[in-house]
Amino acid sequence: MSTAVEKVIAGDVRTVARLIRDIDDRVPGVREVLKELYVHTGKAYVVGITGAPGVGKSTLVDQMLNHLRKKGKTVGVLAVDPTSPFSGGAILGDRIRMQRHSLDEGVFIRSMATRGHFGGLTQSTRSAIDVLDAMGKDYVIVETVGVGQDEVDIVKSAQTTVIVVIPGMGDDIQAIKAGILEVGDIFVINKAERDGADKTQHELRQMIDMNQKKFEEGKWQPPILKVEAVFDKGVEELLVEIEKHRKYLLESTPGIGLAKKKERIREELAEMIKDRLFQEVLDRLDESGDFERAVDSIVAGELDPYTACDDVLSNKSGLLK
Amino acid sequence: MKERKLRVMVAKPGLDGHDRGARIIARAFRDAGFEVVYTGLHQTPEEIVHAAIQEDVDMIGLSSLAGAHMYLFPRVLELLRENGVEDVAVIGGGVIPDDDITVLREAGMKEIFTPGSNLDGIVQWVRENIKPRS
Repeated sequence: MSTAVEKVIAGDVRTVARLIRDIDDRVPGVREVLKELYVHTGKAYVVGITGAPGVGKSTLVDQMLNHLRKKGKTVGVLAVDPTSPFSGGAILGDRIRMQRHSLDEGVFIRSMATRGHFGGLTQSTRSAIDVLDAMGKDYVIVETVGVGQDEVDIVKSAQTTVIVVIPGMGDDIQAIKAGILEVGDIFVINKAERDGADKTQHELRQMIDMNQKKFEEGKWQPPILKVEAVFDKGVEELLVEIEKHRKYLLESTPGIGLAKKKERIREELAEMIKDRLFQEVLDRLDESGDFERAVDSIVAGELDPYTACDDVLSNKSGLLK
Repeated sequence: MKERKLRVMVAKPGLDGHDRGARIIARAFRDAGFEVVYTGLHQTPEEIVHAAIQEDVDMIGLSSLAGAHMYLFPRVLELLRENGVEDVAVIGGGVIPDDDITVLREAGMKEIFTPGSNLDGIVQWVRENIKPRS
């Protein structure tokens, strides 16, 4: 076993922090470490939290940390924030709400930036989940802004996905990414002290029920919880529902948990192949300058993108004949 | 592998509640293409150092406008050393008298920026002096 792997399993914070950085920066050789780590994963329970900006996701995570720690559970948090498409930089501010847990050795919080289309966000987040899992955390909570496809994909790697909305957002949920209702296992109406929480709950219920094609005995019915994260109201109930869902996945017949796992692994593997292929081809094209040359030719009207794509792949990578 | 991206932390230690400067700096760093972890107000040096380790940043920027820099800044340096972190640079900004700057530099602060410092100049300084730790 390599030293890095040993240290991660022993829970060494600096090694873990460094490894996640290496994953993010795509350091060659990091894959070898991840390969070795994989057998040590699978013990943590992964919870995804998603929702529009400002609905209180970070505050909710902060309170969940509080409750889970009181039960003696250790938790890893991955807080994903968007990278500016203009500068490539990012302000990662989710920590602000969680800093009171900074000194707690049972909690590891890491902010990650989306790093744009070439960044392979889904891939790096999944690898980071594996690292926190291998370091021995009982729970890994992944927080994302549920606006892009990447973010929706990330929460799909969670065993339980929590979607956070606020009162008044009922109708707007229709407008949120198609597909987000389907991935939600639990819905939270945060800031429920505000007007309209009951109405939103009602609307959500209708939408979810319409979405579920038919009622099946024993099938998971996503609960809709009213929560006031700032006042620590309803957070314990959320954790109870997460545990219920976990139990449902484990015990339901015929093996929903296993089917879900298989689906997740299928998607993860496909994603990994896609990401790796794309990255390696792109790296080679970057090195040779062919990518930029192709872009210039298309801009100049000398070439169409379809031919450029064929050219680029057949010449350099030999992937297409 | 492409180049590593620079990760920095902007932190407000102590009871000082003036965070406009820190926020403006955080934005300037973002616009320069850095990843900026912002901790928010009222952080203890311990909290800052733990967060910096978990976030694997290359530099910590401390902002102080309330006069406690002579305790808070060196304490952050001391805690980094105690935790075996030798390669994370610490810079400071705020209302800091010249005499104090000399002392803080000797204590290990890489640079101190005082009121009137130009944003572009600060970004330029970081670009030239702070590299992602390999």
